[in-house]
Amino acid sequence: MINASLPELRRALDARQISAVELAGLFLDRIDALNPALNAFITVDREGALAAARAADARIAAGSAGPLTGIPLAHKDVFCTEGVLTTCGSKMLANFVSPYDAHVVSLLEAAGAVSLGKANMDEFAMGSSNESSYFGAVKNPWNLGRIPGGSSGGSAAAVAARLAPIATGTDTGGSVRQPAAYCGITGIKPTYGLVSRYGMIAYASSLDQGGAFGASAEDCALLLGAMTGFDARDSTSLERPTEDYAAALAGPACARPLEGLRIGLPREFFAEGMSDDVRAAVEAAVEQYRVLGATTVEVSLPNAKLAIPAYYVIAPAECSSNLSRFDGVRYGHRAADYGDLADMYAKSRAEGFGAEVKRRILVGTYVLSHGYYDAYYLQAQRLRRLIAQDFQAALQHCDLIAGPTTPTTAWTLGEKADDPVQMYLSDIYTIAVNLAGLPGLSHPVGFGADGLPVGLQLIGDYFAESRLLHAAHRFQHATDWHARRPACAA
Amino acid sequence: MSLSNDQVGHIARLARIALSDTELEATRAKLDGIFGLIEQMQAVDTTGVEPMSHPQEFPTRLRPDVVTETDRRDAFQKVAPQTEAGLYLVPKVIE
Repeated sequence: MINASLPELRRALDARQISAVELAGLFLDRIDALNPALNAFITVDREGALAAARAADARIAAGSAGPLTGIPLAHKDVFCTEGVLTTCGSKMLANFVSPYDAHVVSLLEAAGAVSLGKANMDEFAMGSSNESSYFGAVKNPWNLGRIPGGSSGGSAAAVAARLAPIATGTDTGGSVRQPAAYCGITGIKPTYGLVSRYGMIAYASSLDQGGAFGASAEDCALLLGAMTGFDARDSTSLERPTEDYAAALAGPACARPLEGLRIGLPREFFAEGMSDDVRAAVEAAVEQYRVLGATTVEVSLPNAKLAIPAYYVIAPAECSSNLSRFDGVRYGHRAADYGDLADMYAKSRAEGFGAEVKRRILVGTYVLSHGYYDAYYLQAQRLRRLIAQDFQAALQHCDLIAGPTTPTTAWTLGEKADDPVQMYLSDIYTIAVNLAGLPGLSHPVGFGADGLPVGLQLIGDYFAESRLLHAAHRFQHATDWHARRPACAA
Repeated sequence: MSLSNDQVGHIARLARIALSDTELEATRAKLDGIFGLIEQMQAVDTTGVEPMSHPQEFPTRLRPDVVTETDRRDAFQKVAPQTEAGLYLVPKVIE
């Protein structure tokens, strides 16, 4: 049952082979057994989960269940949950019990999904390894000595270890796709504006976007479908009809279901920088897509290498502004000893924020300060346009773009913890997608020399979520990389 | 580029983050590395390129000017470090 797909769980629940309470109990017991080693959860809400499961059972009995009614899930701890601790992985919010729900949380609750608890994450979603969490690093379920990726590392590890069938995440520079790749699961970041940011604690608002984790594209499609939709409380929420991503997975039942699909392979993504084992798995996956009927064409993203420097100006700039709200007055940590108001702010923030968050606030403060704004912030925004234009030019020649999600497999815990620049460079393939606001998906395509998973990234034009999910679903129909599990979930 | 300790101290004051002298030195070294990465941007000629501030380049949606929130002051103040009689308490600002 722990490895069942969402449609299989749906059938089992509807056929009363298992109740929602029993299903929640099954995963809660796995969390109790495995979380001490993995540290994927910051908060486990057994009581709340069982109450939600009882309500789901009543809905199922009444015949009014939807696709997610009774399905357990984990929420990244960046999403506010009313009455439940919401820490964002920070000492600053270590005691913050949210007085309201994020829009995504409300939607999933209304759908009858059962929240098991809050998943660990890099502090304020700033990190690529989940080591910056105030609550300690998350371990990769495939190898407890390796990082799970970040910043949604707890969500990805929870799904990979089957502590939850699905999980929410957020992706500002790769924080869904990169940990999905490192943990051997599927993750999708939709087009900017599809998932409401209301109640999603802000890092870099023009880049932050909610996303979905699952064992397969099918599970991601079902979760994402329940997360999207217009929300007047987010000024960047898009007013457009919601799509049935799960329905879009249906395709021709033939040997070449992707006939006619043109996949662009960016020259720059296949140049140096990728490790040999990642390259072998990615190239084999591209060949598999050809077997399924797709054609491939070389495309170019000439400014892709500038995405990292541009991102590390734009994201810190927005972060320095967003995180100014943490001042020890209305919520969050306040220092015990202080003098005047300015001293209270400075000490509360010094104590409440970790080293990486402070660094990004300082970088952002500098690039926005008088005399440096044009050289850094405006220059980064001009590069952002060039990067977005590159994607549009490439997408003239193809329907979607494919390449590695990450340059290597998951590295050893601690390896880059003291070297922010090396950490930043690991997001080379994912960051440009956020700058452009495009949708991206990562799905497992094999294993590296060290036995750790490799992910393939698919990038589409705006609103191409259905196309990405359909392609990945067809791939997963013909292969079984997505069905591989770490020993703890075998 | 290389930041001086004075510059880092100035940014930290603007950002309202207290840094001890040892933290300042360690932070300066890390920031130098980050700005070394960021400097790569300067090699690109972006003359005539319009800055892109956001993926959605259309005007912000307006809403009717009506009250949509209910009074939840007690719930919101429950998570505040220090309140009294419905007010947030901070050190005295005006003598």
